[in-house]
Formats: sequence, structure tokens, C-alpha cells
Amino acid sequence: MPDTIPGYIGQSVPRREDKRLLRGEGLFVADIQLPNMLHVAIARSQFPHARIKDIDLSKALSAEGVELAISGEDILEQLPPISGMQLATPPGYQERVDTDIQIPDQPLIPHEKVRFVGEPYALVVARNRYLAEDALELISTDFDPLPPVATTDKALDENAPLLHEKLGRNVAAILHTKKGQGAEALKTAPHRLKRRFYHHRYAAMPMECRGVVADYDARTDTLTIWSSTQVVHWVSREVANSLGMPEENVRCIAPDVGGGFGGKGHVYPEDILVAYLARRLQRPVKWIEDRHEHILNSTHSRDNIYDVEIGFDNDGRIETVVSDFVVDSGAYSPIGAGIAGNSIAHMLGPYDIPNYEASSKIVLTNRTPNAPYRGAGRPEVGFAMERAVDLVANELELDPAEVRFRNMIKADQMPYSVGLTYRDGVPIVYDSGDYPKALERALEELGGLKSIRKRQKDALRQGRYIGLGLGCYVEGTGVGPFEGATVKIDATGKIVVATGACPQGQGHETVFAQVTADLWKVPIEDVYVTVADTAHVTMGYGTLASRSTVTASGAIQLASDQIKEKAFAIASGILEAGEKDLELRDSGVGVKGVPGMHISFRDIATAARPGWGHKRPEGIDAGLEATSYYEPPTVTWAYASNAAIVEVNPGTGQVLIENYVEVHDAGVLVNPAIADGQVKGGLVQGLGGGLMEEITYDENGQLLTGSFMDYLLPSASDVPPITVIHQETPSPLNSLGVKGLGEGGAIAPPVVIANAVCDALRPFKAEINSTPVRWGEVAAIFGDDPFKATSTTTTPEMEK
Amino acid sequence: MKPAPFNYIVPTSIDEALALLEEHAPDARLLAGGQSLVPMMNFRLSRPSHLIDLNCIPDLAFIQDNKDHISIGAMTRERTIEESSLVRSSIPLLYEATRHIAHLPIRSRGTIGGSISNADPAAEYPAALLTLDGEMVVRSKQGKRQIKASDFFKGIMETAIEPNELLVEIIVPKVPPGTGFAFVEISRRHGDYALAGIAAQMTLSGKTVTNVRLAACGVGPCPIRLNDAEKQIIDDGLTEKSIQSAAKAAALEVDPETDLHATADYRRRLTAVLTQQALLKAKERAQENN
Amino acid sequence: MDEQSISLTVNGTEQNGEAEPRMSLADFLRERLGLTGTHIGCEHGVCGVCTVICDGMAVRSCLMFAVQADKKEIRTIEGLADGDTMHPLQTLFSEQRALQCGFCTPGMLMTAVDLVDNNPSITPPEIKAGMSAVLCRCTGYEGILKAVEAYAKQIKGV
Ligand SMILES: Cc1cc2nc3c(=O)[nH]c(=O)nc-3n(C[C@H](O)[C@H](O)[C@H](O)COP(=O)(O)OP(=O)(O)OC[C@H]3O[C@@H](n4cnc5c(N)ncnc54)[C@H](O)[C@@H]3O)c2cc1C
Ligand code: FES
Ligand code: FES
Repeated sequence: MPDTIPGYIGQSVPRREDKRLLRGEGLFVADIQLPNMLHVAIARSQFPHARIKDIDLSKALSAEGVELAISGEDILEQLPPISGMQLATPPGYQERVDTDIQIPDQPLIPHEKVRFVGEPYALVVARNRYLAEDALELISTDFDPLPPVATTDKALDENAPLLHEKLGRNVAAILHTKKGQGAEALKTAPHRLKRRFYHHRYAAMPMECRGVVADYDARTDTLTIWSSTQVVHWVSREVANSLGMPEENVRCIAPDVGGGFGGKGHVYPEDILVAYLARRLQRPVKWIEDRHEHILNSTHSRDNIYDVEIGFDNDGRIETVVSDFVVDSGAYSPIGAGIAGNSIAHMLGPYDIPNYEASSKIVLTNRTPNAPYRGAGRPEVGFAMERAVDLVANELELDPAEVRFRNMIKADQMPYSVGLTYRDGVPIVYDSGDYPKALERALEELGGLKSIRKRQKDALRQGRYIGLGLGCYVEGTGVGPFEGATVKIDATGKIVVATGACPQGQGHETVFAQVTADLWKVPIEDVYVTVADTAHVTMGYGTLASRSTVTASGAIQLASDQIKEKAFAIASGILEAGEKDLELRDSGVGVKGVPGMHISFRDIATAARPGWGHKRPEGIDAGLEATSYYEPPTVTWAYASNAAIVEVNPGTGQVLIENYVEVHDAGVLVNPAIADGQVKGGLVQGLGGGLMEEITYDENGQLLTGSFMDYLLPSASDVPPITVIHQETPSPLNSLGVKGLGEGGAIAPPVVIANAVCDALRPFKAEINSTPVRWGEVAAIFGDDPFKATSTTTTPEMEK
Repeated sequence: MKPAPFNYIVPTSIDEALALLEEHAPDARLLAGGQSLVPMMNFRLSRPSHLIDLNCIPDLAFIQDNKDHISIGAMTRERTIEESSLVRSSIPLLYEATRHIAHLPIRSRGTIGGSISNADPAAEYPAALLTLDGEMVVRSKQGKRQIKASDFFKGIMETAIEPNELLVEIIVPKVPPGTGFAFVEISRRHGDYALAGIAAQMTLSGKTVTNVRLAACGVGPCPIRLNDAEKQIIDDGLTEKSIQSAAKAAALEVDPETDLHATADYRRRLTAVLTQQALLKAKERAQENN
Repeated sequence: MDEQSISLTVNGTEQNGEAEPRMSLADFLRERLGLTGTHIGCEHGVCGVCTVICDGMAVRSCLMFAVQADKKEIRTIEGLADGDTMHPLQTLFSEQRALQCGFCTPGMLMTAVDLVDNNPSITPPEIKAGMSAVLCRCTGYEGILKAVEAYAKQIKGV
């Protein structure tokens, strides 16, 4: 790491974002007010599946304050659907993983039929939101309800009605992959274990709902879009395509974004619709999603059924894993096969398992579309796998921790070639880390395995049910295809950086300032970072999938390298010293070992300017500015071990988490406090999913959890004591040694809770193989009498 | 999520409010703290033609000490009740129930009258008032009625109040010496409506239980008095066994439903567990006061 | 419906404005007074990000109509700092990493001000319960609770 002697990297530098946010001076999409602005309200289907026979907008159109009302038919000619292939798979992937992918297009407003509760069928543009909502009530409709395809089981039935007639099936994609002997290896395994696991549907649920403001300037034929999104470049590209404008003329800005977690990680119909309306009406237009709309209409996640069979030997060594799983993708599939691809690639986790076979179907149902949310396929597969590992331990009467140690890849096996292909098309190689050590440390933090087991036994004698839950995972992070960055040094000597990253709370302005300051050896105050604005960097990808620290830092470094070369050439000319004798220091370039020989970036930048007075050596072109695109070779592998102690109340079934530990390794941490916050925030989302958050549909495809009274986010009182330990093994794949971070925390908690509760309820041979873990169901394990299991006199040992 | 338009009227006296109610009922709604009504309006599930705001009627907001009972004005904020030393000393069960309602910023606005008129099946106040043997004073232009808590709650969000009537006052008898109380509940998160909750009050004379009253919320269309459980305690006293029997009796006399948050069976189970907890806690406190 | 005029004090300054009766206090502050620091997260009283202080007490501004704030004294996040000098809670929030995206932060701060200023002897468990009034999706709450606890200590002078 020649250019990155520790400076700001590795320090918990205070966040530059804080000041404005603490003073109420942040700018979120809803805060944007433009003169003459109009407001959109969207009519959303109450039917899970229905044919649209007629939509009459005439009354709405004549309502007070209404400027425009449209339905799907009105835009049929003008606006194409969002292509099913928003996210393309790389070339190598299709060859190495058998795929059969047919993703349906998503109309911006459907005109033939609606496919989920919450899908738009019309919209109104009015002077303010109140009037727009009034007008929505005046739209009269004639819908012909169709039989709902409410579950994946129903969708796969031969006689099931089709969601998308064009596809000819209710399946968006089929994936299959195999390692070693795959399922064949079951035949020779001394033991086999087969179970069905279900990870329920829940959602990213940021505190800020989505929203879009668009402003069209007819004079220059340009659109400016402010969207609460994680992917500004993607939005501007889709809008440009839809509206037939050059990308250059469509600027997309994500101002302060109030959380995303994947839920804002792709282009939604509203991004394009609002832009279209602004151009059509030649007035600024604003749409702010309300919470009810958000729950109905912004993508949900998880909702996977796994059938898993494991073959293992007498020592608990796993010989093969066979998995057949179904993703309930809802009515569309905005990120295509991404989730299932992740699940397939992550199933073997930190274990050294010679054989594996996985098949997956991404199934279309009349539910809200399913897209990646923090973890994206990993929590689902992690639930299945880590439950299965516990069940293997139970079969052999071994400790679940012991079975994990026996199967784990050892530190000296690194780098470890898994024998599978990642979704970037590259064969998976775990790059670095010490998996058993992470588990050991997690257990130590809780007092050590022995003492936990003793405590558990003692407690049981007193009628108390204490359990230890474990959950281990690996996570491919920093995925490509690329990220862009522009770095400039202007004649003030300040360094200005712009990247395609679109933070939603990750503190990127701070993190990238740290990285840049160290690359240039300047005080952090001299670095200016802009994020999430397409005007500042031409091509970018966005912030999702735990990728930005790795990929944007990579791009900043590449661009910096280009400018550095120039800066050194210019300095060499002016200082009359060989480039090899130069070094970065004191906000400029100096001759090594000669304190007086120094030129500031300010002077170098001035010297680099085009024009008569320039002082550039021959062959060096003008300006200190470069844009680079970092295309990571492949992902880096973060990993973690989680352990928690819970106590189950036999009367009420309540699960009290006494202590939760995650030992996490994301390589070198640029800003440890920010990293710590990311992991902890993720953990609490995982705990929410494990115990209380749930999106529920009835058997007819009606959504039942349409408000915050029914969809329960964890609050401060629900959070147990959490310890996060960072084990920092540098990644060999990039010069900073960083791995990605952000999603990790959310992966393990559901399975850790389920494992812990089952561990506590060993006397009842309890098996909880689905999420969320419900108090009522836990209580029922103790039998009908709520007082029986608490009674301290029932255990024979006590009487002695 | 914006409410439909309405006519907004702000009476400053009870009489004025009653006249308005007479004129505009049944399409008018009274606005108290707005913590239940306004969410419904924002979802457009409630769309009154006229909204009669009670927040500027000073005569509706008071807590008064009257010899053997406390009178509480309908517009008294939940937060004021929580902070009242009179309530805490004379009817501590009401204080403890208040602490279970939502969160402080909601209690800053929410009123006792609003909570009782709203009669959410899981709300704390109705069960507490049933236990405390409270009475509601309602008025209309035609006159005044006093309704016992046991006759007041009729069904899911249904009370004895007629559309032209206004709840003005809640009367709660002070607790006699030697009394212990408890309000216990289980909700999915702190501040959420209860999955099940139990209000208990008992009076001891030495070791004898001279009076015990129990009511449950969240486990029926409206708060339910637990007569069988009470009888068990009166008959058999406060042994570990009789308390468990009472708790099991309680589970049988409630009438819960299955919803998103819990099944009916689970709610019965919680009723038993919470009845036991409430009795033990009330017993302990009664002994301290003896 | 016609707009009605209201006059109220916001962050110490008298303000006059017009609002249709159905306009929420949150919308009024944001749209009519340009005080967009008060956020909206659910409009049904659960999330708490809209919390402001009304006559000294924290309230949900999405559940109050602007017309009900007539003659009232409102304090919003914009009135928390004293000019350039941050309120101690703001400083503590930054130090304790109590915010990530910052969307819940105004509601958190106003709730904490009410909780602690009106009850300086508040205990850590009471703080945890009290701060459950506002939801945060990013931080996992640890930093928030630490910051509020530290503030309570400062107020108590220990
Ligand atoms: C997030 C959240 C959580 C909550 N959690 C709980 C909880 O755990 N437990 C609980 O009990 N409550 C809870 N509540 C509700 C809260 O307690 C309300 O304040 C209360 O139920 C209603 O009181 P209000 O004064 O706000 O009434 P409003 O909402 O103003 O009115 C409610 C109804 O009562 C009618 N009404 C009001 N006053 C009168 C009167 N004097 N005479 C006749 N009719 C009248 C109104 O017309 C309306 O129909 C919660 C609310 C929220 C937003
Ligand atoms: S916006 Fe007011 S509580 Fe959520
Ligand atoms: S910091 Fe993002 S919601 Fe709290």
C-alpha cells in the first residue's frame, strides 16, 4: 500500500453530514419547493388481479385545482414500460449457471390489467396534494376481478391464471448450479436430513418514503430530477431513454436521502412518470409517496421457501447440500434474478463442503414486487443453511458450535476457491479471513461455550429457558460492474471529488473525503465531495449491495493516479528535480529530503491551466482533472459470526435477547465509527425481521399490513445489548485493503433467534423452521398450561 | 394521505358545543386530542362534514377532588393525568394504566374523554374504569345522563353515547385504605395497544380479601370484567393455587379474536399469565398499604 | 374550504399565516413557513419524525391541524440551536453517532428535549422507553440513547 500510509483512513472522523441534518437544514426531496409547482397523487389498485375495463377521469379532471389526470391508456404511445432487464447478467454467468430468464416488462401505468394491490392505474396532477387526493376519489373505474395468484404454490399450479400472458408461465427465471457430485452425493452420505424452511416477507422500510420532483427547462430542453433514490445515473438513463432525450440533458440528483437499504435501489415507474409530467406540463411537478403507498407499492423483500437436504457423516461433516427454493417475486421482478443468484452463491457460507446443488424458481404472484433489501438473498439462504447446521448437530447430539468448527474453512486454506460462480460471472474465491476465530471470539464474548452450557443447565433446573443461537455467514461485497469518480484540483488548490455513489446515511461525504485526503496527503478540510448528482460525474452505478466504499474508493484512486502523474510532471519541471525524487507533502509536491523545495497544488493547478502562461512540460495536456471508472476484478468477501443468548418466557413465549454479539470482518475500516453504526443498524433490522416486522397477505392476495400500526418496526425498547467486534483482515484485492459493508448486520439475526429459541427449548425438541419467530407459537411449545413449565418443582433434580 | 375537507368549528363552552352537535349530528365529529380521530381522517376512513373542536372549552379540562371521588373533565390530557399527584394518590390504578398508553408526545394531546369515547377494544382506560367502578357523565341539549362503566362500553368502538351527546366528565371513586392495584399488559412493542391487559384492584383486611375487581382489555370487543376469577379469589383467598385457578378462569371468560398480532388462543394464554401477575402485584401492594 | 388566518409563535418569532382547516401543522410548518426540518414519515402518529414542541410539550405535528396551533408557541428543530451554537443535544448526537440518514433526527431531538428538560431526574430505562416514541431505521438506537443519557446527566449537573 505505497500511497496510503495511515492518515485519516482508520479514524472515526466526525461526519460532515451531521451539522445540516442536526439543525433541520438537510434537504430531502419533500423539502424541495419550486415556484408554480404541481402535485401528483396516484390512484392505486385495491385488487390483487383485475382486468381494467374502463377508467373515467372526467369528473376528476373538472375538480378544483386539477391540471391533468391520466390513466395507462393515455401514455401507452408515449412511454414504454420499464424493461424487464434493468439489471443484465454478465456473460460468464449464463454459461456457468444454467439460467432461463424471462423477466416481464413493468408498465409505468398498466392499461390492460392490474397485478398487485397498490399498482398505479391513474394519476392526478393538481395545485396541491390535498386537492389531488380529493380528485382521486372522483375517478370512476370498472375493473373485472381476475382470480388472484396469491401464493407461489398457486402460481406454479398447471391451471393457474397467468400474470403475464406473454411469458406463458408464472416464472420469471429458473437457475441451477452444481458443485462436485451435487445431489448424487446424498446417496453415499451416512446421514441425510431434509427440511422445508421459510423466510417471510418484510421490507426495507426507510423512514423517508420515496419521492420525485422534476423540473423541465424548455429553453435548454433539459430536465432536472430530484429523486429519493440510491441510483441517480440509472434514473437519468431510464428517463432519457423513455423521453427520447440525451442523458446529458437529464440531470438526476438524490439530495439527502432518508434511508434506502435497497428499497430505493432501482428505477420505479414514478421516477419516469414525474419527469414526463414536468415536461408535458412545462411546470415543476412533485410526487411524495405517503406511508400507505410506500408499504403497498415500494418493493418488498425476502419471502422464500427452501427445501433443503443435507448429507453428512458421523462426525457432522457436511458432504453435500441440495437446495431447491422458490422466490415469491410478486408481480414483477425489478432486479431480475439478482436475489436468487445471491442465495445460490452464498449458501455454502464459511464451510468447506465438497458437493452442492441448487435450483431456484423466481415465481410471479399477485403481490408487490420483490427486490433486494439489505442482505438480498443472504438472510433467506442463511436462515435455511444455519438452521440446517443446527439440525445436523441435533441429529448427532453434538454442540452446534462444534459442528460449525468442524466444517469451517480454516485460515490457512485462504484464499479458498469455492467452486461456484458469482453473479459478476467470476469464479468465487474467498479472499481472506479467519472464520473459526470469528466464531470463537463471539462465543468468548458471551463467556465461552462451556460456561454458557453450564449456565443453561443450571437455569433449566430452576425452570428457566436459556438458549444460545449461532449464525455464520460470508458476504460478497463491492460488486461491479463499476463505479465512476471525477477528481479535480483547481487553482484554489482544493481537491474536488464527485462519485456515482448515492448515500442514504452511510456518511459517504466523510468517508470519501478521508480516502481522498490520504491519497493526496492534504487536510481533510481541503477535500470537497459531491455525491449523487449526475451532473458531476458522467457515469455512475449507485449505492447498493455493500459496494460503495470499495468501488467508489477504487475510482477515486484511479482518477487521482492520473492527475498525480501530471502534477508530478509539472512539479518536476518547476522544481527542476527528477520525478522519482518527488513526494506528496504539505498540500503539494516537494523534493524528498529537501524541506524548502516544494510547490503547492494551488501553484501546480495554476501551472496546469490552459493558455499562454502555462508551465506544463511538453506532452502534458492542460488541467488537473480526471474521470475514472473502477471495474473491480470481482467481489471481496466479508464474513461474520453471530451469537446470542436468549431467555424464553414459558408463560408468554416472549423471547428476551440477553446479549447479541457479531464478530464482523470487513477488512480495513475507513471510518470505524461509521462502520460500527452500519453493522449495528443492520442488526436491528435483522432483529426486527426475526421477531416483529412482517408483510402479510390474506389468501386472496389482499395486503393486510398497510400502516405502521400493523407493520411493526423495532423501536428503542426492542433493542437488546449488542456488541460488535471488528476483526480486520485486509482484502488483497484492492490497495486500501477494504471490503464492503452495510448489508451484513441484517443477515443473521432471524436465524440466530430461531436457533437460540430452539436451543432453549431443547427439552421439548422444538423446531422453528420459519420466520418470524412468534411469541404465540413459542408459547404453544410449552403446552396449553401457561403455568406448568414455570413451576420449579417439576424437575426431579430439584427435589434432591 | 390527506384528510377530506370539513367545516371546522371551535365552540368555547359546553352549551355551544351541544348546540352544534344537535345541529350537525350525525355527520359531525367531536375533535378531542385527535390522536385516534386524525389518523382515521388522514386515511380518509373518517370524513366528517363538520369537525367540532373541543380544545377551547376550558370547562372540560380539570381534575377535581370531591370527598369520596375524583372528577376528571373529558378533555383532560392523558399526560396531565399521568402527572397529577391527586390521581396518583387517590386512584393509582388510573395512573398506572396511563403509563401504558402510547408515548409521551401522544399523551400530550390525547384525552381521557377521547380514549373512552373511542372505546378501542385494547385501550387501557376502559378496562381501568371498569375495575375502578367509574361513571361517565354525558350531556346533550336535552339533559344529562350518568352511566356506569359496566353499562357504557357496548362493543368494538361502541359506547352508550348518542350522536347528539357529549361526554363531559368521568367520576372515579377513591380507593379505600388497604387497597392494592396493578395494571399489567403485554404489547408487541412499548407503547403499542395491548395484546392483552389486566387491571386489578383488591382490598385486604388483614389476610382476608374484602374486595377484588378485575377487568381485561384486548381480549374481547370491549373491556371484560373477570367475574369468575374474582369469585375464585373471594372464595379461596390468595394462595398460589387459587391465584392460578383464578388466572385460568379468567382465560375462559374472555372473548378474544385472532388478528395480525396474535391468535385468540394466545390472547387467552396471556390473559391467564397477566391475571396471575396482576393479582400478585396487587396483593403485594395491598399488603404494603395494610 | 376557505383558508383561515392563524397567528402563532414559532421558535420565538411571531408568525401569521393562512391554512385550510384540514392542513396539518406539519404541512403548515413545512410549506407555509418553509421550516422543512420537521419531517413527515407516516401521517398517522406512529413514527414520530414529525414531533415538535407545542406549549412546552412534544406533540405529533401530523395529528394536529394548523388551525389548532393558533395562539400557540411552537418550537421546531430549526429553533434548537442558538444561532451558530449547537444545542448540547445536537453536539451529543454527533459525538455519539446518533444519526445516519438524519431523517428521524429532528423528531428524536424534539422528543428528547421534552423528555429530559421536563423531567431532569429521568433514568436510563425511562429514557429508553421514552425515546421509543420515535422510530429510526438506520442507527439501531444505541447512539441515540447514549446521547440522551449524556444530556440528562449534563442537565442534572453530574
Ligand atoms: C401511535 C399511537 C399509539 C396509541 N397507543 C395507544 C394505546 O396503547 N392505548 C390507548 O388507549 N390508546 C392509544 N392511542 C390512542 C390515544 O390514547 C388516543 O389519544 C385516544 O384513544 C383518543 O383520545 P383523543 O383525545 O386523541 O380523541 P380523538 O382522537 O380526538 O377522538 C376519538 C373519538 O372520540 C370522540 N370523542 C372525543 N371526545 C369526545 C367527547 N368528549 N364526547 C364524545 N365523543 C368524543 C371523537 O369524536 C372520536 O370519534 C394511540 C394513538 C397513537 C397515535
Ligand atoms: S409523521 Fe407524524 S408520527 Fe409519523
Ligand atoms: S438516522 Fe435514518 S432514520 Fe434515524
